[in-house]
Amino acid sequence: MVKLVVEGLEASVGGKQILRGINLEVSSGQVHAVMGPNGAGKSTLSNVIMGRPGYVATAGSVSIDGTDVLSLPTWERAQLGLFLAMQYPTEVPGVSIRDTLSLALTSRGISSENVVGRLLDEALAIGLNPELLDRSLNVDLSGGEKKRNETAQLAVLQPSIAILDELDSGLDIDALKACAERIEALTKNQLGVLCITHYHRLLDYLPADTVHILVDGKIVESAGPELAVELEAEGYSRFLPDKQDANDGVSVAIGGLSLLKPSLVDEDPFADPMA
Amino acid sequence: MTNTDLTPFNLAEINVADDSNAFHKLQYGALQRARALELPSFEEEVWRYTQINDLDLSKYSIGAPGGEMQARGLTADVVDAAAVLEVVNGEVVTSQINDPNVSIFTELDDENVASGVGSVMTDAVDIFAEYNHALSTSPLVIRIARNSVVEKPIVIRHATSETDFAWFPRVVVIAEENSEATILEHQVSTDVEALICPVTEITAGQSARLKYLTVQELGPRVWQLASQISDIGRDAHVAVSHVAFGGGYARARIDTRMVGSGATGDIGAVYFGRKDTTLDFRTFQKHDAPHTNSNLLFKGAVDDRSRAIYTGMIRIEPDASDVVAYQTNRNLKLSDEAWAESVPNLEIENNDVKCSHASAVGPVDADQRFYLESRGVPSEVAEALVVRGFFAEVLEDFPIPSIGIKTLERISELLSLEGVSL
Repeated sequence: MVKLVVEGLEASVGGKQILRGINLEVSSGQVHAVMGPNGAGKSTLSNVIMGRPGYVATAGSVSIDGTDVLSLPTWERAQLGLFLAMQYPTEVPGVSIRDTLSLALTSRGISSENVVGRLLDEALAIGLNPELLDRSLNVDLSGGEKKRNETAQLAVLQPSIAILDELDSGLDIDALKACAERIEALTKNQLGVLCITHYHRLLDYLPADTVHILVDGKIVESAGPELAVELEAEGYSRFLPDKQDANDGVSVAIGGLSLLKPSLVDEDPFADPMA
Repeated sequence: MTNTDLTPFNLAEINVADDSNAFHKLQYGALQRARALELPSFEEEVWRYTQINDLDLSKYSIGAPGGEMQARGLTADVVDAAAVLEVVNGEVVTSQINDPNVSIFTELDDENVASGVGSVMTDAVDIFAEYNHALSTSPLVIRIARNSVVEKPIVIRHATSETDFAWFPRVVVIAEENSEATILEHQVSTDVEALICPVTEITAGQSARLKYLTVQELGPRVWQLASQISDIGRDAHVAVSHVAFGGGYARARIDTRMVGSGATGDIGAVYFGRKDTTLDFRTFQKHDAPHTNSNLLFKGAVDDRSRAIYTGMIRIEPDASDVVAYQTNRNLKLSDEAWAESVPNLEIENNDVKCSHASAVGPVDADQRFYLESRGVPSEVAEALVVRGFFAEVLEDFPIPSIGIKTLERISELLSLEGVSL
């Protein structure tokens, strides 16, 4: 049993504060969805947990089974059991997925003997063309292929906690179903998931135990899966702060009426400058 | 020319007979011109950023003491060759031809030598090329027969193991009409003080296809001042590639001239500087004729305290229409003390052209490293993998695949990736 604990996490990007005190706990086998409007800080949350350069934790803590994560370099976080399926997987010319996963396994002290076979099995299971496995990482892959590639790597590396940063974006329904169901199967095998998404459709195939609503760098509501359904129908408006509150950085009145007009939402006042 | 005591390297004391044969007459003329020239200064644009002012010619002797071929370095495994030429300390010690379509001339009184040397570089591009003209003891003139395909590579090795010695390798390649060949030239040395001023002249006749690959593995105290010049004829295709690892100061000036309609020149380089090496490349892509293409891609890394200089010029003459010319130079800076400069230039005298240039000097891409680290690959290995990948992209399509693989292996060693199974 592994537990990821995020406590009072604050983070900034380019000197601008994005996260304003996040509290979360994800245990083995659980699926936690984090939903929220554009610019709420969802991607910042995933990047700061994984240690992407430019994302600075300014307060609070992240730990796995009591081990402080934030003081570790990214690769040690990965070896501790964290995995980030990226929203925009980076192209790495001249470096193959096979070499990367071999090194990722051997540097964990795990044999990489069968990595090619396992990768091939995972690719076939989620409909990723095996020919793409010979290419440089993510180079010339379509958006959907990149997401399947992330999923195949996740399945081979078998982390204890996976953070999915908008895994569903760019995936057609068949690919979404294949990736989500593969990850869902891994949760039966004790994988814990922190799933960041805009839409409910991912959660149809990867049912969440808990849904958190992230607005302006804070989790404003947490509830069961029914919350995601409600959001799909009604949108985020009831969670959005009015202008006064946003400027003061005061916590949001949950359940209050939103005074924000849609046009202001489009302006994306909390946009992640690194996104 | 006699190889009697010619020390120190002082042109006033060097005598070249001007009456024995045509080649000597050429040398005599070049010597007169060289005497009138002064050593360049870093204040000249083409020598900018260099330490040329530190060059002390009086340290070096001239002669051709010869010797035994010792380590063959990166090209040791290339044994199946159409021809093998080995020149040790200025003396031709091996000249072996295994393909009837290859002719090699090395004797100074051979008419092919006299007519070949200076046939492309009619005017020396700098004083060191003029020295080469005047003082080369071992010119190699290689002819590829018309309409022939020479399948195996022609291998030329220049080895230097004598210290305090200056010498002047000269290679002339004439690829006759509709011929095809691959040439691998290797400069290798032990850790000696030496001044090496190679000149390579390449002529590609109509529809000829020639690949010319140069590998430089010189010791850390060697000065190399090289020039390579190619004339690419009608519908011919020449690909010159350079791999450079060593030298104290190692310069290569590379002139590629598309002189015939429909000519194509590809110019590539992979270089990796470390310790105190300076690698200096000066390229000139000159389009004299219409419907011509040139594509330059230079990729390098500088580590430790090493330096890399790239300056490039694309020149398109008024009569050259329908031209496509590219020039790209990318440098990775792997340590705080390493330094690289990249200066691309265009001079275009015709409107019907498609040209681009790009250059970059920077550290390893942080996002690429992060991606690999996020899979659990330790930081240093992740960085080394990104650097290796930067080169692999070019080396996977190298003119001689086995040299591409060897080069990548050497780069992996330099990146301490040798224990990593890839």
